[in-house]
Amino acid sequence: MFEDLRELYQEVIFDHNRNPRNFRVMDDADRKVEGFNPLCGDRLTLYLKMDGEKIIDASFQGSGCAISTASVSLMTEIVKGKTETEADALFKTFHEMTTGKDEQINLEAVGKLAVLAGVREYPARVKCATLAWHTLDAALKNQHESISTE
Amino acid sequence: MTTFPIDKIRADFPILAEKIRNKPLVYLDNGASCQKPNAVIDSISHVYRHEYANIHRGVHTLSVRATDKFEAAREKVRGFINAANANEIIFVRGATEAINLIAQTYGKANIKAGDEIVITAMEHHSNIVPWQMLCEQTGAVLKVAPMNVKGELIYDDFVALLNNKTRLVAVTHMSNALGTINPVERIIAAAHARNIPVMLDGAQAIPHLAVDVQALDCDFYVFSGHKLYGPSGIGVMYGKQTLLEAMPPYQGGGDMIKTVSFEKSTYAGLPHKFEAGTPSIADVIGLGAAIDYINEIGMANIASYEAELLSYATEQAKQIKGLRIIGEAQDKGAILSFVLDKIHPHDIGTMLDSLGIAIRAGHHCAMPVMDFYGVPATARASFAMYNTRQEIDVLMQGITSLIEVFG
Repeated sequence: MFEDLRELYQEVIFDHNRNPRNFRVMDDADRKVEGFNPLCGDRLTLYLKMDGEKIIDASFQGSGCAISTASVSLMTEIVKGKTETEADALFKTFHEMTTGKDEQINLEAVGKLAVLAGVREYPARVKCATLAWHTLDAALKNQHESISTE
Repeated sequence: MTTFPIDKIRADFPILAEKIRNKPLVYLDNGASCQKPNAVIDSISHVYRHEYANIHRGVHTLSVRATDKFEAAREKVRGFINAANANEIIFVRGATEAINLIAQTYGKANIKAGDEIVITAMEHHSNIVPWQMLCEQTGAVLKVAPMNVKGELIYDDFVALLNNKTRLVAVTHMSNALGTINPVERIIAAAHARNIPVMLDGAQAIPHLAVDVQALDCDFYVFSGHKLYGPSGIGVMYGKQTLLEAMPPYQGGGDMIKTVSFEKSTYAGLPHKFEAGTPSIADVIGLGAAIDYINEIGMANIASYEAELLSYATEQAKQIKGLRIIGEAQDKGAILSFVLDKIHPHDIGTMLDSLGIAIRAGHHCAMPVMDFYGVPATARASFAMYNTRQEIDVLMQGITSLIEVFG
């Protein structure tokens, strides 16, 4: 019945929505930033544990749609073990992939995140996928205030 | 219901023949904005082809023609809400501008530090924020009358908020997020017993309920044209003549003055005092056409047809496991707000869109209502006179299927 949506709602997304990874408060987090999408009311809190330049743990709390939950869940998995520079590069690639400015995105570079490429066909849903990454960006820049997609 | 000319009505709205994602459009986002009948579309096109010039200005024939049409539309609005006088009908951009106008003119002139303004817990942001801005400017205090879990105003608590500091009651006639129809007659009676004026936000109510401002005895009534099958960008502020006359003007400019010199200007009388600048002429005339169209069908017929649609949709929705209706007031207009277990409203919205069904998913510009129910957002199906039971069946089938897909 929902054939048209298979590109957007892939099984990996349903899986992460049902069972979000790293869904917990991190009491000893080095960085903690809140992300908010005022258009839909989605809120998430991102926690990072750092060892120098390296992200050694990432977790989140909050509620959102399947796309935003899967996006933040996948993100916390993939950034673990990355340096700040690597995570920042990933943020930029992810942003390119979801906003569709560059047709030549190397999907291998984003790994599992490629399942979110489908949002580029749904402009109303792009911010659902990018909220997590804008929050990460703020955390990497060591901003402590809440960030908003608007 | 059998006599309601649904086939003819559907044929009058050309957009209903659109295909969305290769499916017939099922448009259930009428609470956000209604579609337009040919009568409205054609009237606007007719204005630009045959009757357009600026109004209240020229002596030339076209200007006179445009002015006559424009003022005829004002008279249609007067009749539609049964105002005593066409001078009491002020054209603005929409309900939002109307409320801002009242706050910044009536409000600034009459509301001082320590005074109180009473609203309800179910207001749209447009009936919250303009009052908060006024409170910041004047030091007045905003009081919020609570609602119960069904989304009904707790009337006794509302009355208890009224006191000798209350300067204005501003409440929605019908909630956009919940569908609740407020007991406005009792609200007005209680406020008037203390000489407190009442503004009704009729943005949602106006396409669903017959409104008689004289019978209601409300002091202000505001609504938007686009929710009444008319054009966007045009709306109405009704005010009692004595109040409007005493109010300072809103914006300064052409059309709102009697005389201008560099020392001092004097203002025009009603309704022009509040209509500075060239208005949306064709859209006002289009709103008049929408009112003619609605009158042909009859507001009472529309209301009873929509009541049947809502009751059918509610019945069907209650049979879906995991669906929770948000807003179950006894007195309710054609809005079905709901949430599904573990499925976010935005996912519901995208899924239904792929089936050609347009609903609203989000906070409906009523974040305090969402907070009250402890949800970030809801999905909302809102009905209009051109919707059918078959469309409700398509909606319910879509909801059932998407619940299966999400597992």
